[in-house]
Amino acid sequence: MNFAEKTINALADLYQKNSCTQKEVLESLATAVKSKDRDSRQIHAYIAPETAQPRHRKADKSSKLWGIPIAVKDNICVEREEITCASKILKGFISPYNATVIDKLLDAGAVIYGRTNMDEFAFGSSCETSTYGPTRNPRDPECVPGGSSGGSAASVADHTAVASLGSDTGGSIRQPAAFCGVVGMKPTYGRVSRYGLIAFASSLDQIGPITKDVRDSASLLSVIAGYDPKDSTSADIPVPDYTALLGKSIKGFKIGIPKEYVEGIDNPELRKKLVEEPKKIFESLGASVETVSLPHTRYAVSVYYIVAPSEASSNLERFDGVRFGYREAGASTLLDLYEKSRGTGFGAEAKRRIILGTYSLSSGYYDAYYLKAMKVRTKIKQDFDQAFKKVDLLLTPTAPGGAFKLGEKSKNPLEMYLSDIYTISANLAGVPALSIPGGLIGEKKMPLGLQLVGKPFDEATLYQAAYAFEQATDFHRQLGNVK
Amino acid sequence: MSAQVIVTIGLETHVQLKSRTKIFCSCAAEFGSTPNSNVCPVCLGLPGSLPVLNRKVFSLGLRAVLALGGTPSEVIKFDRKNYFYPDLPKGYQISQFDHPLGRGGFVEIDTPTGVKQVVLNRLHLEEDAGKLIHDNSPTESHVDLNRAGTPLAEIVTEPCLDSSEEAYEYLTNLKAILKTAGVSDCDMEKGHLRCDANVSIRKNAADPLGKRVEIKNLNSFKAVKAAIEYEVKRQAEALEKGEVMVQETRLWDDTRQKTFTMRSKEDAHDYRYFPEPDLVPFHLEVSEIEEARKSLPTLPRARKENLMAKYNLSEYDARLICADQEIENFFEDCVKIYNDVKTIAIWIKGSVFAYRAENSDEFKKFGLSRLKPQLLVQLIGLVDAGTLSLQVAKEKVFPEIVRGFSPAQVVKEKGLTQVSDTGALEGWIVEVIAANPKVVEDFKSGKESAVMFLVGQVMKKSQGKANPGMLGELIKKKLKEI
Repeated sequence: MNFAEKTINALADLYQKNSCTQKEVLESLATAVKSKDRDSRQIHAYIAPETAQPRHRKADKSSKLWGIPIAVKDNICVEREEITCASKILKGFISPYNATVIDKLLDAGAVIYGRTNMDEFAFGSSCETSTYGPTRNPRDPECVPGGSSGGSAASVADHTAVASLGSDTGGSIRQPAAFCGVVGMKPTYGRVSRYGLIAFASSLDQIGPITKDVRDSASLLSVIAGYDPKDSTSADIPVPDYTALLGKSIKGFKIGIPKEYVEGIDNPELRKKLVEEPKKIFESLGASVETVSLPHTRYAVSVYYIVAPSEASSNLERFDGVRFGYREAGASTLLDLYEKSRGTGFGAEAKRRIILGTYSLSSGYYDAYYLKAMKVRTKIKQDFDQAFKKVDLLLTPTAPGGAFKLGEKSKNPLEMYLSDIYTISANLAGVPALSIPGGLIGEKKMPLGLQLVGKPFDEATLYQAAYAFEQATDFHRQLGNVK
Repeated sequence: MSAQVIVTIGLETHVQLKSRTKIFCSCAAEFGSTPNSNVCPVCLGLPGSLPVLNRKVFSLGLRAVLALGGTPSEVIKFDRKNYFYPDLPKGYQISQFDHPLGRGGFVEIDTPTGVKQVVLNRLHLEEDAGKLIHDNSPTESHVDLNRAGTPLAEIVTEPCLDSSEEAYEYLTNLKAILKTAGVSDCDMEKGHLRCDANVSIRKNAADPLGKRVEIKNLNSFKAVKAAIEYEVKRQAEALEKGEVMVQETRLWDDTRQKTFTMRSKEDAHDYRYFPEPDLVPFHLEVSEIEEARKSLPTLPRARKENLMAKYNLSEYDARLICADQEIENFFEDCVKIYNDVKTIAIWIKGSVFAYRAENSDEFKKFGLSRLKPQLLVQLIGLVDAGTLSLQVAKEKVFPEIVRGFSPAQVVKEKGLTQVSDTGALEGWIVEVIAANPKVVEDFKSGKESAVMFLVGQVMKKSQGKANPGMLGELIKKKLKEI
């Protein structure tokens, strides 16, 4: 039996009933990871699965996540574990400390098992820029799993993980969750500590759970969320039990569909699956659905591709070959050391973003790019504030379509950037957003993601609505997430 | 020396704040520890680590702003200053760019033309970098990150200093203020105070400011003074030769007492400042400012005014006395037990300062702890009572009382009592007159100064014990008798 096919909550039940032991679970997980991850489909959700070692801490058996294995994206620090952001420049770097989320998981009894593959430094939407090679979509290995948390989403979809952690800067949890047909939550900015998450864009990054169903997502977020004195940007706001409202009626909920998000969807099938059918389902559950406007939406991608690379260009300065990670041999001067190590250590997309960001922060360009982008960012945030005066949450597609083929967009960065067009705004505004399986498309029944966007720190309402939708549609069962 | 030029100087001073811990983590901010022992993921800039502002450091910064008479910023915000160097672990320094903690304020200095206010442009907080060690190995350089993250306040003046002397005076007074306010220990040897000087010259006051040359690596006030003087001379000579001045950064070599080009304007860094996203800006509450203001001790400027008002001291005397808290306390203790303020001030400016200057090592170690106010006051009393001549008091007794001996006892043991007995004085006068026939002639021909010379001779002969107040009349009398 592969216990990784279980949900967090099903596995917790088995433990409660003494139907399995932690040892059995971990052994079956190791077997599944080692066999499935390197089978002919070449899913490759994990980095170095053969050396993965479970890490746990003494915890009471009644702890919330006792014995639950969690896979972790390769940009979240685990003590004494190699961490590389899927980049050559960090190869061999062993973190001497745990990220706060890892400490929280270990304290709750969880077992940290396996590093999942990702786009290098989370720069990408397809998981193709990893120095370890691409991850493939378990629903169709010819397709990408989405990115950047492609490995985290693929492992959960492929049942080589019970649940995983990803990080989301512009859609990096939600878009792969959508492509792989699982549940991905990007919490409110400040809800989860970023301490120990290797920064991509500090003002946008959030860690979040990727799970087989909504309940698991709520369970996992309840554990990792909360104020952290080590992260000045984390919010000192109490964490509710996110599972408390699951199953409660959503009758009377007001749901908004932003017209700017859907007016351009020309494909009738996508329109039906991503807009019309979800609308009907929510209405049948007693919610009212209306059209709202987020007028600055069309600037979101442009703003994002100034703000995110600017911060990234600075955040990646510490990777200089001096103190840790990769250093190219044979440098003759200090400048040579920097140029050689960074020139060889970073991949093409990382270099592209560093150059973009360096340019927009340069003296003489700062006002025209970074400063202006930050002003528009405020406008985008105000759009959400306005919309949430009318509605409780927003309903949008997670991505413009289902998973695309490997190599389909990797030659054209701009096209790749547009695959995050629906997810980016939530990061710019700092609001929580969740992707759930919203429909199936094509012969291969590839999953489509539906995104719910909520008010700041109102993840509970998102979960309540998502759970109601999940129960009404059963896509998570059709996809085999829950058997 | 080259032709006269107008010199314009601005100083940027980095002051290490008196915090036990670093600015963005809880590592010890200690001097002289084993390399890389006071470090953690945050100050090492390890991937994933985040800075958290140390509130104590922030409070010290606020105190510094208020002590210097500046205006604290309403919004406390930090920025990243990006550049690559091996001693900078994150590849950027967390500093403050467009919202420095303080703006304005001034430091008063003495100049030959009177008191001048050196106007401050800004004070901002930032983290220090680590240190490179080049002498461990012939082929490698090493990095010590103990200093990385040490809290600094950078204090920038307007370009309003006109000479190296003014720069020196400014630094002296700045140090006194910061020490008194408890903001920094200002220990130069530990690098608590480091300075960059911006120097430019021009021929006429009507000309625009000359090309600015920044001089780095100034680790003592003396170096600041010497480097400015060197640079003014170098620039004046270049100007004289008709050379085109360039904006550049130069390095001071203290051993060779010269500046060298470090980088020209073309090679200047573009620091790509932008708001530090890891630290959330916050508003500074008025109550916090007021609390900090209340907790400030009386600062040198106010103390000077107090001294002037309370004891009717001249501004000059008051400034000298209050420049050092220990001297000021000593002065006040003396005044409490003896009300001749003027005489006490004279003794402090004279003998006490001279003692301090001549015994700097001892003074550093003991301060004034061994010179008790009672002893100085007793000494002054002996002089006022006529028991002791001023000269003997200064030369023979003072050096003993600084070592803790009672003046009365010293006078007694050494037989230094002033001689006011006419008979004894006349004996010395007769001897002196006999030995100086030429002087007697001078007196006869109307030279009054001859008397003063003879007074001096009698003092010498009596080893200072003769009462100088009585000598003038007695000598004149004797001379007339001849």
